[in-house]
Amino acid sequence: MSAVEEKVATSGAAARMEPRSSSPLQGEDQGEGERPGGQTLPRPLPERERSAPRVLAFLCRWCSYAGADLAGGGRLQYPTNVRVLRVPCSARVDPAFVLRAFRLGMDGVLVAGCHPGDCHYSKGNFYTRRRMAIFKPWLGYLGIDPRRFRLEWISASEGHRFAQVIREMAADLEELKRQGELPARPESVIASEGEESRIASPSTM
Amino acid sequence: MRRVGVFVCWCGSNIAKTVDVKQVVAEAAKLPGVVYATDYRYMCSEPGQKMIQDAIKERHLDAVVVASCSPTLHETTFQNCIAGAGLNPYVFQMANIREQCSWVHSDHDLATVKALDQTAIAVAEAAKGKPLSRSQMPITRRALVLGGGIAGIQAALDIAETGHEVTLVERQPSIGGRMAQFDKTFPTMDCSACILTPKMVDAAKHPNITLMTWSEVEKVAGYVGNFEVTIRKRARSVNMEKCTGCGVCEEKCPTKVPSEFDAGMRERKAIFRPFPQAVPNVPVIDRENCRYFRGLAAAAESADGKPVKARCGVCAKVCPAEAVDYDQGDELMTEKFGAIVVATGCDLYDPSRMTEYGGGRFADVITGEQFERLVNVGGPTEGHIVRLSNHEEPKTVVFIQCVGSRDDTKGYPYCSKVCCMYTAKHATLVKEKLPECEVYVFYMDIRAAGKNYEEFVRRAQEELGVKYLRGRVSRIYPEGDKLRVKGADSLAGVAVEIDADLVVLATALRARDDVAQVARMLSIQTDQYGFFSEAHPKLRPVENLFAGIYLAGACQYPRDIPDTVAAASGAAAKVCALFSKPSILSEPLIAEVNAARCSGCLTCKSICPFDAIDSEVIKDRLTREERTVAKVNEAVCQGCGGCVAACRSAALNLRGYADEMILAGMEALCQR
Repeated sequence: MSAVEEKVATSGAAARMEPRSSSPLQGEDQGEGERPGGQTLPRPLPERERSAPRVLAFLCRWCSYAGADLAGGGRLQYPTNVRVLRVPCSARVDPAFVLRAFRLGMDGVLVAGCHPGDCHYSKGNFYTRRRMAIFKPWLGYLGIDPRRFRLEWISASEGHRFAQVIREMAADLEELKRQGELPARPESVIASEGEESRIASPSTM
Repeated sequence: MRRVGVFVCWCGSNIAKTVDVKQVVAEAAKLPGVVYATDYRYMCSEPGQKMIQDAIKERHLDAVVVASCSPTLHETTFQNCIAGAGLNPYVFQMANIREQCSWVHSDHDLATVKALDQTAIAVAEAAKGKPLSRSQMPITRRALVLGGGIAGIQAALDIAETGHEVTLVERQPSIGGRMAQFDKTFPTMDCSACILTPKMVDAAKHPNITLMTWSEVEKVAGYVGNFEVTIRKRARSVNMEKCTGCGVCEEKCPTKVPSEFDAGMRERKAIFRPFPQAVPNVPVIDRENCRYFRGLAAAAESADGKPVKARCGVCAKVCPAEAVDYDQGDELMTEKFGAIVVATGCDLYDPSRMTEYGGGRFADVITGEQFERLVNVGGPTEGHIVRLSNHEEPKTVVFIQCVGSRDDTKGYPYCSKVCCMYTAKHATLVKEKLPECEVYVFYMDIRAAGKNYEEFVRRAQEELGVKYLRGRVSRIYPEGDKLRVKGADSLAGVAVEIDADLVVLATALRARDDVAQVARMLSIQTDQYGFFSEAHPKLRPVENLFAGIYLAGACQYPRDIPDTVAAASGAAAKVCALFSKPSILSEPLIAEVNAARCSGCLTCKSICPFDAIDSEVIKDRLTREERTVAKVNEAVCQGCGGCVAACRSAALNLRGYADEMILAGMEALCQR
């Protein structure tokens, strides 16, 4: 066993803490939960999962994150391209984060917050709106297609809207990819960045 | 490097059906910093939590990641769980693989990859997370209530009853507010004064309540538990201790001014109490209109330096108690409070904008407020309903609802909520006092949701014979000595013309004119109409987002008396709950300043929505010189992070959502 494998609590380790045989839910879940190969070490993931464009979504915790949760509650299906980072407010998103995400190889970035006027912190999203209005045209200047970036207002009651935005972004990015507008994923960027390196914010407000 | 433990939940089949949990565990174990990874069917259950606690102890974990449902659901559950095992609850992250993964995707492989990525982000963030603590702050257990209407009185009495000191500030000479103007209250038709005045007296006599009438709040600084408030006690020009409230000064004063309390339908004097049952029962001199003070002002303007003899001075001469004191000045006092209840009430829509209804040109078109004074026994006609033009009893009265409410063009889109009911009350009063009188009500919809409200309206319609016409009035114009009211009955589908003697407009309730100044002074928010915003429209209706500030009554939304009193008691209960705590715990997820990096530009200060950033002067460690840097007031900061993104020198950071955490999360994701 390698060092890595030792970290994994195998079914045996889990059973020591809570014997499976005693679980009343055994019959109910076993069939669905256990996937082929689940007992032994899992098979490697197929390559196709690595090739789809990826979107990093910065979601404000009060509105858009809750909206994404609502999409889940309603079982609204949308493409798997999105990865979510929760932030307290869309104003927390330093445009430098967006740049960094593109630099590290993200294909798209979504910043979503409460609708203007509904900010939990009363006016955070007004700052986001101003910052991103200045920032977005600037992306083209840096050689990043501005269509890869979106700013959206998604309230806690707009699960369908979150799903729709992700669908649109995924389709747009696939299209850009087909056109060859998405750069290849960089291999060595992270290695070249210092651990504590920080980009000073380009935004002044 | 932190020792991170990863716990992946099946959530029964909710997650495991779509995500290969075993694979997530196996991959998570390979992530940097992860020393332990496991899965369980229900991580939030008792055995699941015990599993986490045992692993923390056995594997010496110092950071925990749970990949399960939304943090909205179980973040606190797991934070308490790991705190139970002796870990700091803030070296904890959740990966949302249910609401934002297994429930919204059906492709197993893609969902598993996404779950892995989200787990990797959470692990990287947890590895960079710092233990945070909440500091304790003292509470000043005194409350300030702004506004002495029924909301303010109720809140003050409720708080005072629990033994806490309350200061009630009212800018009028007497407390009582709108309710003191009313004659009867719907739907019980009990006398407004009979239920209000005892409360006013209770408030005045309560040992824990300090009444400050004819006063205004000038400045509010500080934060929850520790507000510092400057109150301007305007010069009353009457010594409150000496005055007996005999009223001789009011009788003899020669200056007459339209009375605000009587909606301009009667005159008051320059030295006045708004109404005879005023609390405190001490008049004030309205210096703008008083002959003595106008004389002084004129003399000051003439600027020839000669001492000028003030002219009138009758009140001082006739006062048997020698209470009139022209030399009194405004007093400014600064006091400490722990909580503030805002109960500043509302204003009324000005019908002069409704030119189709005369715009104030016709004496017999009056507002609901004026009608209230007209039917009041203490009012200008001693309760007799008469036409203002000739003082005759009206034979036909028309009420028009929704004047300025539900009107996008000339008024406000919202429903003022109380007008349906008070119009039904007015119509009932007309029918009771003048049974022969024809009464018509033009309405858009009848909104009588409330205990016994619908029954009350039905009684006016069915038993008293008030004729309700569903439709709008397009025009009112004089026809002989009557007013011709042209409208529509949309249910019958006909145009209606009524020759009325008296028309009463149910004008909209709207936010106070000076709401913007008050909102700015208190750093609280208003909605698009100027009403103060609650922290949550459903679950935190009497609190403001600014901790320590509570809302009651019609300053929040048009409200009737029962709703106002309920909100006031609710706000009082919140204040008492705050005061019952031994101390306040500060919010740990807040901004912090690295003074070494701060350039002192204070951009952060200018954008902070909560005025939580101040400046301080420090001695630079390198140059030994003094310089200004930003300083976060930990008690006020709400942790939005707007300042962090705005900081040009990256001197600010947000605890719990630190730059290094977000960047680490991003890097972990992009490396995959």
